Amino acid sequence: MGLFDQWAGFGVTFMTMFRPTFTQGYPEGWGNKKKAKEKVTAPRFHGRHQLNRWPDGLEKCVGCELCAWACPADAIYVEGSDNSEDQRFSPGERYGSTYQINYLRCIFCGLCIEACPTRALTMTNEFKLADYSRAKLIFTKEDLLAPLLPGMEQPPHPRRLGDDEEEYFRGLPATGQSDLRTWTNQKEATS
Amino acid sequence: MTVTAKDTGKDTSKDTSVEQAVDQVTLTIDGIEVSVPKGTLVIRAAERLGIAIPRFCDHPLLDPVGACRQCMVEVPDMGNGRGMPKPQASCTLEAMPGMKINTQLTSPVAEKAQAGMLELLLINHPLDCPICDKGGECPLQNQTMSNGYGESRYGGVKRTFPKPVPISAQVLLDRERCVLCARCTRFSEQISGDPFIALVERGALQQVGVYAEHPYDSYFSGNVIQICPVGALTSADYRFQARPFDLVSTTTSCEHCASGCQLRTDHRHYQVKRRLAGADPEVNEEWNCDIGRFAFVYGRLHDRVTMPLLREDGVLRPASWPEAIDAVVVGLKAAGSQVGVLTGGRLTVEAAYAYQRFARTVLGTNNIDFRARVASAEEEQFLASTVAGVALDRSVTYADLDRAGKVVLVGLEPEEESPIIFLRLRKAVRKRKLPVVAVAPLLSNGNAKLSATLVQTAPAGEADALAALPDVDAGTVVLLGERLAGVPGALSAAVALADRTGARLAWVPRRAGEVGAIEAGCLPTLLPGGRLVADGAARVDAGSTWGVSSLSAEPGLDVNGMLGAASDETLKALVVSGAEIGDFADPVSARDAFEHVGFLVSIENRLSDIAARANVVLPAALLEEQTGTFLDWEHRPRRVDRVNKELRSPMTDIRILAALSDALGSDLGFRNAVQAAAELAELSGWDGNRAEVPAFAASDDTITPDGLRLATWRQLIDDSRHNDGADELMETAPAPVARFSTATAARAGITEGEPVTVGTDRGQLTYLAVLDDTVVDGVVWVPSRAPGQNVAETLGARAGDPVTAKEGFAS
Repeated sequence: MGLFDQWAGFGVTFMTMFRPTFTQGYPEGWGNKKKAKEKVTAPRFHGRHQLNRWPDGLEKCVGCELCAWACPADAIYVEGSDNSEDQRFSPGERYGSTYQINYLRCIFCGLCIEACPTRALTMTNEFKLADYSRAKLIFTKEDLLAPLLPGMEQPPHPRRLGDDEEEYFRGLPATGQSDLRTWTNQKEATS
Repeated sequence: MTVTAKDTGKDTSKDTSVEQAVDQVTLTIDGIEVSVPKGTLVIRAAERLGIAIPRFCDHPLLDPVGACRQCMVEVPDMGNGRGMPKPQASCTLEAMPGMKINTQLTSPVAEKAQAGMLELLLINHPLDCPICDKGGECPLQNQTMSNGYGESRYGGVKRTFPKPVPISAQVLLDRERCVLCARCTRFSEQISGDPFIALVERGALQQVGVYAEHPYDSYFSGNVIQICPVGALTSADYRFQARPFDLVSTTTSCEHCASGCQLRTDHRHYQVKRRLAGADPEVNEEWNCDIGRFAFVYGRLHDRVTMPLLREDGVLRPASWPEAIDAVVVGLKAAGSQVGVLTGGRLTVEAAYAYQRFARTVLGTNNIDFRARVASAEEEQFLASTVAGVALDRSVTYADLDRAGKVVLVGLEPEEESPIIFLRLRKAVRKRKLPVVAVAPLLSNGNAKLSATLVQTAPAGEADALAALPDVDAGTVVLLGERLAGVPGALSAAVALADRTGARLAWVPRRAGEVGAIEAGCLPTLLPGGRLVADGAARVDAGSTWGVSSLSAEPGLDVNGMLGAASDETLKALVVSGAEIGDFADPVSARDAFEHVGFLVSIENRLSDIAARANVVLPAALLEEQTGTFLDWEHRPRRVDRVNKELRSPMTDIRILAALSDALGSDLGFRNAVQAAAELAELSGWDGNRAEVPAFAASDDTITPDGLRLATWRQLIDDSRHNDGADELMETAPAPVARFSTATAARAGITEGEPVTVGTDRGQLTYLAVLDDTVVDGVVWVPSRAPGQNVAETLGARAGDPVTAKEGFAS
């Protein structure tokens, strides 16, 4: 063993200092600025869930628990409640008063959004779901509800798109036509 | 045998042993031969082979109607060699010899007919499944999946109705979802006899309608929610509370009355969400009453006791268990044997037995009584001689009511006081015209539905009426209500009547735990199993089981004696469990007794009038948190299973008593219900001396021509504490009315529909006057405990006492 052998290893370290770095700051910041970009997921990436709203801000969720039923990881907990005329959260009779998704359990399989009969539950591309405690990873309804867009109003409030259920829903979509598509006639139409 | 097999599916299986070889019919279903009793419906015959034909309207306990047309089968041979040209409804088709039936399993015709029916039913059925309470346990959903087409061909606009419409405070109707099976209307007409709902309109607009001026306030309205095969009738109370897959079901028994219904209790996260009628063909068939179904929230109100409470400087403060038990020990030791135990009438047999043993072997006293109500020495003797120690095989049962030649009701309003007896009687009245005789001051609505013959009897005149009752023979069953305790000589007259004619007697209490308490020995003169305290051999027998050398032979005080002794402070301590001051014969003097007693221990679920006066309050587990057994009025054991495994108060009555016994330096002998039941079983089958039957004279107090007497009894939905929190249920409580005959009303200047004030020198209560000519002249009937109106407390009067009545409000 020669006298300088033990310093030879430091040579590697020293040389590396002059090479371009591979590490990157995240989401942006120091290091290789060119690479310091947020990850862009595929458009149908299964990320955090979102509870959608009708155009007037009422919730689409009816508290039917089909998502909880479909969930293979038992990550969803829902309780339904009755809408009343002065406390209206969704346009119909029923709304989800409690909605929780436990992201420690969720496996992002998407069966819940397939089960959802009102398209209330969809998935976003949001994937940054790390936190410091277990409790914070149980997302409640407040965390999951979609943000209020312009023209939306925080429930509870009366139906703004029609006075009764029929008017409300038949006004959607604005074509005024019932949606007559079925899986079979779509297939026939495309083939 | 008049009950034919087509009545019910259950009867079919029960009756075959009797009717074997006489009336068997052999037919072929899907190529399989099956023999069934004559009169069996094809749909039931198929069930015997395990072939499920889809159905909505068919219900084994309701008359066949063929309304939904879902159960179509192909009939290639009617048994006469000719086939039916079109598919037939198997729920209205009686089995014939040599008949051939092809169900959907073998016949494409039947399969297509059934699928087509489902498609038609679904044309106007809204896609409400996600928001419908039936979703997940819905016969329409299930049968569409198993027998329907995958897709609808209907593209038009569905018929809509405003929804939901409340047909009563408890039942919500959604007419869009209705498939017009008429189960609910048939139930209300055939079973409960309250036809307040009916099918109205025609064609696509046909719907279940309710009389505009009458809401559907039946005592049995909850059953229509359970039998609705779609989500058209839903419960206001359970609305959106849970989904079927959230619920954990427990089979248990109802704690409210002595009918002994089996229940299915469903809980979600340890909170009971709903209760359904269990299916027990021998007892409640598939029905229960609204109390059993809806009154279950009383245990989760703000007044639930979860920690022991100890009185310090006049105020109850929370204490630890050891501290509270020490305080009880000090108090009970100071009282010595000058102590009484009142157990209420709502305990399981095991708990009642524990109280009894605690009183006799730990406290060394016979001062124990379960009767927190009107009670008499005559009743005690009657219970000891006639009710105690009777096993199920010797007692009158529901089946005996089905078979009876005649049923006499004395001091009992079945619909108000034991609803399942009412349903059984009504079934017998409807199917085979069972004669029912009511010895009562008026023909109540319930007895009118039984087509009962009224033997008009002034209140407190039941004894004379029984003595003079004509046409009673060995086929007669006499049902005696607990109210007869307040009528001197009535129970003696009933025993004499049974003796004279061979009629069978059954005593029907109101509370679920009363028969069990009698068997457990919760009476001052009675040891478990009908043994008498006065009988040396019985004391030795019980003492040897309990491992004590001697038991006190001194007769104890009954409830009236204990309250009297407590008032004049000769009784130094009282241990009270599950009793209400308002239930005692005279609540005012009972309150006085609880005020005066030196040391009062209250073992309770909830804070009560008694707990508020107690020195120590010990929290006991709710019934849904413990196991045990009730004995119903037939003496049939009814199992109580633990529903809620997340205990807020982990101490059951038995564990509390065991802990107190340990602290008092004694041993209760068991620490849980299973051990208590085993010990009680050792004491069953006593064949020694029994009590003499009572022979008390009737009071010769006759009604004066101008005086007004009080007739009163409790109604099913009234001011009971177990109804607390069941707001929808309480909204269906009958309006508080006072009933008079026209003559009495004219004499007293009372007009129908006007307020009338009934009073005594103690107080006054106001009711709405109703004229009813079945009421005995000179009598006013009022409900005992209409919400906020306690007759015993305010008027200080019981049935038979003189009262005054005048039009107008209380002055």
